[in-house]
Amino acid sequence: MNIWIEQQRALIDFTLASLARRKARNLGLLAVYALLVFVLASVALFSHALRHEATRILADAPELILQRMVAGRHDLIPPGYLEKIGRIRGVQKMEGRLWGYYYDPVIKANYTFMVPTAGGVERGTIVIGTALERVRGLALETGISFRAYSGKLYSFVVADILPRDSELVSADLVLMHEDDFRAFFEFPAGHYTDIALSVANPQEVRNIAAKLAAALPDSRPILREEMLRTYASIFAWREGIILAILSGALLAFAILAWDKAAGLSAEEKREIGILKAIGWETGDVIRMKIWEGVLISLSAFLIGYVAAYLHVFRAGGVLFEPVLKGWAVLYPRFQLTPEIDGLAVATLFFFTVVPYTAAVLVPIWRAATTDPDAVMRS
Amino acid sequence: MIELIEVRKAFNQGKHNEFWALDGINLNIEAHRVTALCGPSGSGKTTLLTLIGCLARPTSGRARFKGEDISGLPERFLTQLRRRSFGFVFQQFNLIRGLSAEENVMLPAAPSGLPQREVRAKAAMLLDRLRLAHRRTARVEWLSGGEQQRVAIARALINDPEVLIADEPTANLDTTLAREFLAILESFASEGRTVILSSHDPLVIQSAAVHRVINMRDGRIVDNQ
Amino acid sequence: MNHRPARLVLPLLAVALAGFALSFVDAALLREHHAVRIDTSHALAKRLGLTDIALFTEARYTRHPSQADLHAPFQDHPLALEHFPTGSLIAPPRHEYLDRTTARAD
Ligand SMILES: Nc1ncnc2c1ncn2[C@@H]1O[C@H](COP(=O)(O)OP(=O)(O)OP(=O)(O)O)[C@@H](O)[C@H]1O
Ligand SMILES: [Mg+2]
Repeated sequence: MNIWIEQQRALIDFTLASLARRKARNLGLLAVYALLVFVLASVALFSHALRHEATRILADAPELILQRMVAGRHDLIPPGYLEKIGRIRGVQKMEGRLWGYYYDPVIKANYTFMVPTAGGVERGTIVIGTALERVRGLALETGISFRAYSGKLYSFVVADILPRDSELVSADLVLMHEDDFRAFFEFPAGHYTDIALSVANPQEVRNIAAKLAAALPDSRPILREEMLRTYASIFAWREGIILAILSGALLAFAILAWDKAAGLSAEEKREIGILKAIGWETGDVIRMKIWEGVLISLSAFLIGYVAAYLHVFRAGGVLFEPVLKGWAVLYPRFQLTPEIDGLAVATLFFFTVVPYTAAVLVPIWRAATTDPDAVMRS
Repeated sequence: MIELIEVRKAFNQGKHNEFWALDGINLNIEAHRVTALCGPSGSGKTTLLTLIGCLARPTSGRARFKGEDISGLPERFLTQLRRRSFGFVFQQFNLIRGLSAEENVMLPAAPSGLPQREVRAKAAMLLDRLRLAHRRTARVEWLSGGEQQRVAIARALINDPEVLIADEPTANLDTTLAREFLAILESFASEGRTVILSSHDPLVIQSAAVHRVINMRDGRIVDNQ
Repeated sequence: MNHRPARLVLPLLAVALAGFALSFVDAALLREHHAVRIDTSHALAKRLGLTDIALFTEARYTRHPSQADLHAPFQDHPLALEHFPTGSLIAPPRHEYLDRTTARAD
């Protein structure tokens, strides 16, 4: 055992000493490699954690949302729908919901105006999300005016601010009283944006959705399951595209690594010959090269992964902000809960360490099996 | 110590350019002595040294090392034998560029699994003995020819071999350095090591340090003093 | 280089390995720490009946992707190009019942 350890230490020493000969080149390779791992790991950690977070937060979203479609767009629910739905068996509770978008030309941001179905907001007051508070510079008890689409100006007093902790779901929310909402948007009485339903028996939700679609042919039911699925597949959708963009970088790196690892120079060949002549076995040469591959790729993996972890969970994924923000003005400040997909980490580990080490080894097989007496005639 | 019986060595056997570099060598090399192979270029000196040093196997005939037949040993055992019992000083020195003198000297000990500290101490001792202690950490390509050769000798000795094999060791040295080298060889023989070298340098062949000269021509031993 | 490079590199590697292991410990601690925050968000989402997270506020089909149409990015014009950057990050929702109720024209 001791002998084995000493052997490996000697081999590692030699590997490192030979790597140190081309310090700049090898450190550069390590840096590029680590950067690549960093990007891949950041995307994987971030998207997994966000998916997890979204599905957990929205776990109790309405069981069923009913929208009405007119000419391919969703439209207001006219009076009478609630009664019709009431007649369908199995529907336990239904609520007409009022919400819509408001574009604020002052800061060029979109807000989501909403009436809480349970009430709780006084007339003339609003409850706002924290991103809005921050970007618009609002505070408790301050007033704000919005110009409605009709041209009239409406003033509100900020009665409350939604908890900062909930920013990921509430950043752009403006909660208001139903009367204010209807007046502001000139929303016809008895109309709703959509309807939220809950069913007596969750097993029956599909049947009820089918019944709803049959009873109200212009409606579209959306199951909670579907909403959650939207988030379960977030990023998964075009992770392919990200990969496609990255694949350019991946390919460039593969070529670089291949050139570095597989392109055995005459010098290296000579060195392997010398090692064999002075008593190294083919196995020692291969072990030495495995160490080279493992040391470089393992370091790259560890550095890249740890940096990605810090980036995503300790620095809030700052590098992704421009991508996720797009042209939006309001962007929630949030810290993701570090839910880590062990399988993804293992996969990343495997694909960083194994191919590189293999690329290092391939040419060695050939060189290491040459006759040692060749050294005598160089 | 080393016995060769009817040894022949062919290159490219069975091909149109088949060439018999050694053709029926019978030789017995005694232990604790300095033996020189001598002969014109192409006479097979290097080839013979590779057979003696277990770097290659004879095409036919037997080779014995301390009474044990080594001509049929598998590669693994040959390598081990080579590492434990033979030290090599090559004509071109064959040091590994970019590494320090000390690192080069320590190389043959790497697969042995000896504690690094011991190996390092021994390397320092050998370099010191060869008056190279002050150049221990210098990269080998910065060393002069004579210094490089002494590094190569130190490397050959790190595993305490019984046999030291040197191919044309004085080819790159001036007279003074060559004399110095022969003195070193003599001290090895008196320590109880066996030294085998090849040379066509009269200085070496006529030197008192060399106990026995074997003349070769066209892959055969012509006269044996 | 003239002294054992392994003396320098192996400890560094050990540090990196420790960092890797620590990241999982840190994750476990953070998860506990974040539990309150998730509960707050979850409670708010439940109370208001929220269906979406407010991550992409730039367009309505990215603000509420689960409520949007399959063809939302194109609804302004059949040839309208997807022009909001975040639109490329989220998949269009797949509503089973929309598919089911669309009868084939024959
Ligand atoms: N790998 C090989 N393939 C073919 N021929 C070879 C090979 N190695 C050596 N030879 C031939 O074998 C013969 C003996 O070569 P060897 O190197 O042993 O000579 P030498 O006595 O050491 O000569 P020198 O004094 O020039 O070093 C030469 O004619 C050489 O061309
Ligand atoms: Mg020769």
